[in-house]
Amino acid sequence: MDQFTLNLIFVGASFALYIGIAIWARAGSTAEFYAAGRGVHPVTNGMATAADWMSAASFISMAGLIAFTGYDNSTYLMGWTGGYVLLALLLAPYLRKFGKFTVPEFIGDRFYSPTARLVAVISLLVASLTYVIGQMTGVGVAFGRFLEVDNTTGLLIGAVVVFAYAVFGGMKGVTYTQVAQYCVLIAAYTIPAVFISLQLTGNPIPALGLFTDTDSGRPLLETLDLIVTDLGFNAYTAHHGDTFNMLLFTLSLMIGTAGLPHVIMRFFTVPKVSDARWSAGWTLVFIALLYLTAPAVGAMARLNITQQFWPEGTNAEAVSVETIENDPAYDWMATWQQTGLLGWEDKNGDGRIQYYNDAAPAMQDRAAEAGWQGNELVNFNNDILVLANPEIANLPGWVIGLVAAGGLAAALSTAAGLLLAISSAVSMIW
Amino acid sequence: MSDHTTHPPTTMTKDDKAYWSANVRIITICLIIWAIVSFGFGIILRPLISWIGIGGTDLGFWFAQQGSILVFLALIFFYAWRMNRLDRQYGVEEE
Repeated sequence: MDQFTLNLIFVGASFALYIGIAIWARAGSTAEFYAAGRGVHPVTNGMATAADWMSAASFISMAGLIAFTGYDNSTYLMGWTGGYVLLALLLAPYLRKFGKFTVPEFIGDRFYSPTARLVAVISLLVASLTYVIGQMTGVGVAFGRFLEVDNTTGLLIGAVVVFAYAVFGGMKGVTYTQVAQYCVLIAAYTIPAVFISLQLTGNPIPALGLFTDTDSGRPLLETLDLIVTDLGFNAYTAHHGDTFNMLLFTLSLMIGTAGLPHVIMRFFTVPKVSDARWSAGWTLVFIALLYLTAPAVGAMARLNITQQFWPEGTNAEAVSVETIENDPAYDWMATWQQTGLLGWEDKNGDGRIQYYNDAAPAMQDRAAEAGWQGNELVNFNNDILVLANPEIANLPGWVIGLVAAGGLAAALSTAAGLLLAISSAVSMIW
Repeated sequence: MSDHTTHPPTTMTKDDKAYWSANVRIITICLIIWAIVSFGFGIILRPLISWIGIGGTDLGFWFAQQGSILVFLALIFFYAWRMNRLDRQYGVEEE
């Protein structure tokens, strides 16, 4: 069976599952539509909230951001999860105790002001719409690659599916659909990571594999530091940027995360305040399963990619164009080149692709001596890292299909949550 | 419970004040730990604890990429357990 059929089966089956669940859990009343009848178990709600919270950015982009920068981009890991702590401690329990379905309702009632409520509605709309655009772009990229349709068509298919189950299912349908989406996305994220961790370190848990020795007997992170600095890149584990800047960036990610309207809304779906607090804990458990794996995915992918370009080691010859074109291990480069998100060019015409940091002063001598005319891996979009990862590591075809379904699950679950937040905010205006 | 919003705020009793200050204390403790593991060990204090090695790098790197998340997890569960107990002590829990 070819890869396209496998992708189609995985994506099609997951979509059928989501729509099936939405039909089974149809909303029968207003309370069911906005708050799932307040009858959702804290663990179930935690899983749904995790899917709601983890967007296309967490699933598709984050590991790529860490992989090509290293330690400095730990800000995303700490910022997004740390912001969730603020939400769970300072916002969610109080909103839940106040007994209103939505944030604008809370603000309007608490400050006895319809104007304040309107301002809250508008802020919520601006934030949610911006966020929904990001998710739908993610859906477009994933569809474009895996179903081989163009970006716009992919986006429209995704929009129709989300619209269908968000409108018919309401919060109840969305909650149970998100539980299914969480299962799909976490399996899609961790299964390839486990395979890759086993290949590189022999440790089946990627989060631990990150701090384990590779086959050569040297720790993985030390190996990675050596290889990337040999090519003139910044050491992976070292801090390069400005400390104060990193601090402020982390803080701004935290504050932004604490206010996400579609996540706050989720704390109204459990029966009691005490359940809302437990549910917040379970949510972070399910989020942490992905967030503890992400740094391992990033570091291991960076190591695999660099080694593919320098198969004989960083001091020997680079990979030849002939190998890239004919060796099945390099097929991923051709498939991703078609999307325009990956590009290479043999600038000096030596039949090899030299991947190195041509801006580093330390590389100038070696480049001059070897006749290199700049980095020949001219384009590597961070966003393809997670999606291309199983292909780079030569994993079986079904894993690639699963990752396609997982990326879509992450984007769709967040989009559905946002659509509900938008619809409840709009209904406040009238 | 949606009644609160229709009545004017009543004066706080002694119990209410004690409950609120206990609530604020729990949150303050949690947020101090929250800041120490992320902004502290993960960023500013990283050079100070870099002598502690872990799997090919230093402890600060681990805090930035995994340790802070694990501590956050512990904090939220501690908060839930402690606040739910406080609610019961002051009889303000929901049926």
